[in-house]
Amino acid sequence: MLSIQNLHASIEDKKILNGIDLQINAGEVHAIMGPNGSGKSTLASVLAGRNDYEVTYGSVEFDGVDLLEMSPEERAREGLFLAFQYPIEIPGVSTTNFIKTAVNETRKHRGLEPLDAVAFLKLMKERMKLVKIDQSLLSRSLNEGFSGGEKKRNEIFQMAMLEPKLAILDETDSGLDIDALRIVADGVNTLKRADNAVLLITHYQRLLDYIVPDFVHVLYNGRIVKSGGKELALELEERGYDFIKQEVAEEV
Amino acid sequence: MSLVETIQDKYNELNTFAGNGLLGSMREKAFEKYNKSGIPTSRHEEWKYTRLTSLANKNFELNATAILPSDEVLNSIRLQTEYAAELFFINGVFIKEISSFQNDAMVVLPLNEAAESEHKNYLHQHLNQSSKYMKDGMNALNAAFTANGLFVLIKKDKVVDKPIIIYHLTDTTDDNVFVQPRSLFVIEENAQVQLIELYKNNGLQESFTNEVIEIAVHENAKLEYYKVQDETENCHHVGTTHVQQVGKCFTHCVTVTLNGGTIRNNINMILEAPNNEGHLYGLYMVDGKTHVDNHSIVDNVMPNCFSNELYKGIMEGNSTGVFNGKIYVRQDAQKTNAYQSNKNVLMSDTASVNTKPQLEIYADDVKCSHGCTVGRLDNEALFYLRARGIDEKQAKALLLNAFASDILEQVKPEALRTYIGKKINERLNIDEL
Ligand SMILES: Nc1ncnc2c1ncn2[C@@H]1O[C@H](COP(=O)(O)OP(=O)(O)O)[C@@H](O)[C@H]1O
Ligand SMILES: [Mg+2]
Repeated sequence: MLSIQNLHASIEDKKILNGIDLQINAGEVHAIMGPNGSGKSTLASVLAGRNDYEVTYGSVEFDGVDLLEMSPEERAREGLFLAFQYPIEIPGVSTTNFIKTAVNETRKHRGLEPLDAVAFLKLMKERMKLVKIDQSLLSRSLNEGFSGGEKKRNEIFQMAMLEPKLAILDETDSGLDIDALRIVADGVNTLKRADNAVLLITHYQRLLDYIVPDFVHVLYNGRIVKSGGKELALELEERGYDFIKQEVAEEV
Repeated sequence: MSLVETIQDKYNELNTFAGNGLLGSMREKAFEKYNKSGIPTSRHEEWKYTRLTSLANKNFELNATAILPSDEVLNSIRLQTEYAAELFFINGVFIKEISSFQNDAMVVLPLNEAAESEHKNYLHQHLNQSSKYMKDGMNALNAAFTANGLFVLIKKDKVVDKPIIIYHLTDTTDDNVFVQPRSLFVIEENAQVQLIELYKNNGLQESFTNEVIEIAVHENAKLEYYKVQDETENCHHVGTTHVQQVGKCFTHCVTVTLNGGTIRNNINMILEAPNNEGHLYGLYMVDGKTHVDNHSIVDNVMPNCFSNELYKGIMEGNSTGVFNGKIYVRQDAQKTNAYQSNKNVLMSDTASVNTKPQLEIYADDVKCSHGCTVGRLDNEALFYLRARGIDEKQAKALLLNAFASDILEQVKPEALRTYIGKKINERLNIDEL
């Protein structure tokens, strides 16, 4: 589904990604872990199409097409979803209208009729239940005055509405209490199917107790320095990132 | 013949024709004043960014009468709403015959008739009060030609529950026209009214409007005032709205500019009594070569007054904008609360806005704040929307619509809000709100 090859990216001439290789197939859950500043959000942003970053080398294919050639909206319509680490507030834009527009744009792209008001409300009600988000939040402006946890839940709600092929969750777990974490994880697990995939970015192993990954990768200094199964997350939890840093240092 | 010459040429003729009395002496003094100051040039401090010289040198017809438009034209400019009164100015002349105002809450008279009526004291008291603040030639010029204006009195204790709508139609089918509507509104004690002024045009020649409307609001009365400019690029406009808050009262004024040529809106809010409250809002959303200049004065004369001002601009194409917000706090006006903000979004590299707050404070115990921004649409917000599959154009439209929405919300009459909302969405290419 997603094939990243030797991806290099920089911002304002500062190199941040230094050759990333990653292969994600349908049905898989991948986790990327790594210390702060290692480039996790940058990778997510580059995949979603934020134009502040310059891809200096490498390629990304998404279902066989060149992802990097596409605009952010095309990527989204093709089924790539990024749950932002810091979802921003957009006063004056109604959450419901926004989601309706997003859903219908994606449907149009897939050759489906737009949902009418009734069908949309029905879908919304159903997905609201899934992530236990309250109607009152959705009738407000987009993320305006939402608490940190509410913003994260709204991201997962949008994901549930858009049903992406590949969902990238950038530290969706941070700032959530254990109940909220469980709700988010339940939502993600329920939406998980054989034909979609999830890329979890986190730096705590806690989330991985609830969403069990097939693969765990460690990102450090803009490169994936170690990959393994879910036991790698436990090892990191136990030993911290220092042993990774040491290993990298020894290699050099 | 240039407009400047036409003005000289027509003054005597129109003045004689209009008779003497109260309006006659006002005209005479005003014409003298106009002759001293002339049409302002960009050397005039208040007119630095808004240039009228080329208009002053152009040929414009100046007439005291107007040809009545067809019903079809009138219907095309009407708002879809019930109203308490519907008043038509055609090329600056108030036309009683096609207006309707059967309503026992109010008195509606042509200004020259009002000057001879039992209400003439109100004219003595309130007519031409704006000249104390507007020292330039444009204000004097309007007064110098005041005859066929409008006088409206909202009677004591009356709550007018539907809006009064003034339609200003400039008809430029045949000639360039210079038009000067003049109105005086008096809102008596405890009365409440919503007043809408809608500017529309018809025809491809140019128009140059020089309007003065004065509104005196008495003790415990409530005024909502809306001025909406929806003319085309060939229509230029200089207008002054002068709101005199005579007693402790509440006013709420919104100015919306959707299109036009060279536009200058002056709005004055004079807080003459203690505990007065006034709100000023504005939205301008222009492109092409439109120039829109909003000058406001909030004058806190007495203690304990509250004012809030918010103007927002969306500038596209080669449009240019000016915001100048003056707040005076006089020596006696202790405990004044005055807030002002002007926010602009530039949608092109060639659009620009010049924004300037101007506070003059002579009392010591006051709370004033002001702020202005001129910037681009927020990139982060744009990316968020696009990352959900919304294309760039539509994402921009959503954000601009959101930007405009806090002013649109201030338009309380539903039909007018719908009208403006539709215009905004048409411009942004949004199908539904
Ligand atoms: N807009 C930016 N301008 C400059 N440096 C940036 C910008 N965004 C990220 N960086 C830098 O790139 C590096 C990686 O950041 P990020 O991808 O956010 O890391 P992570 O998500 O792993 O914590 C950090 O050193 C950060 O300071
Ligand atoms: Mg991050």
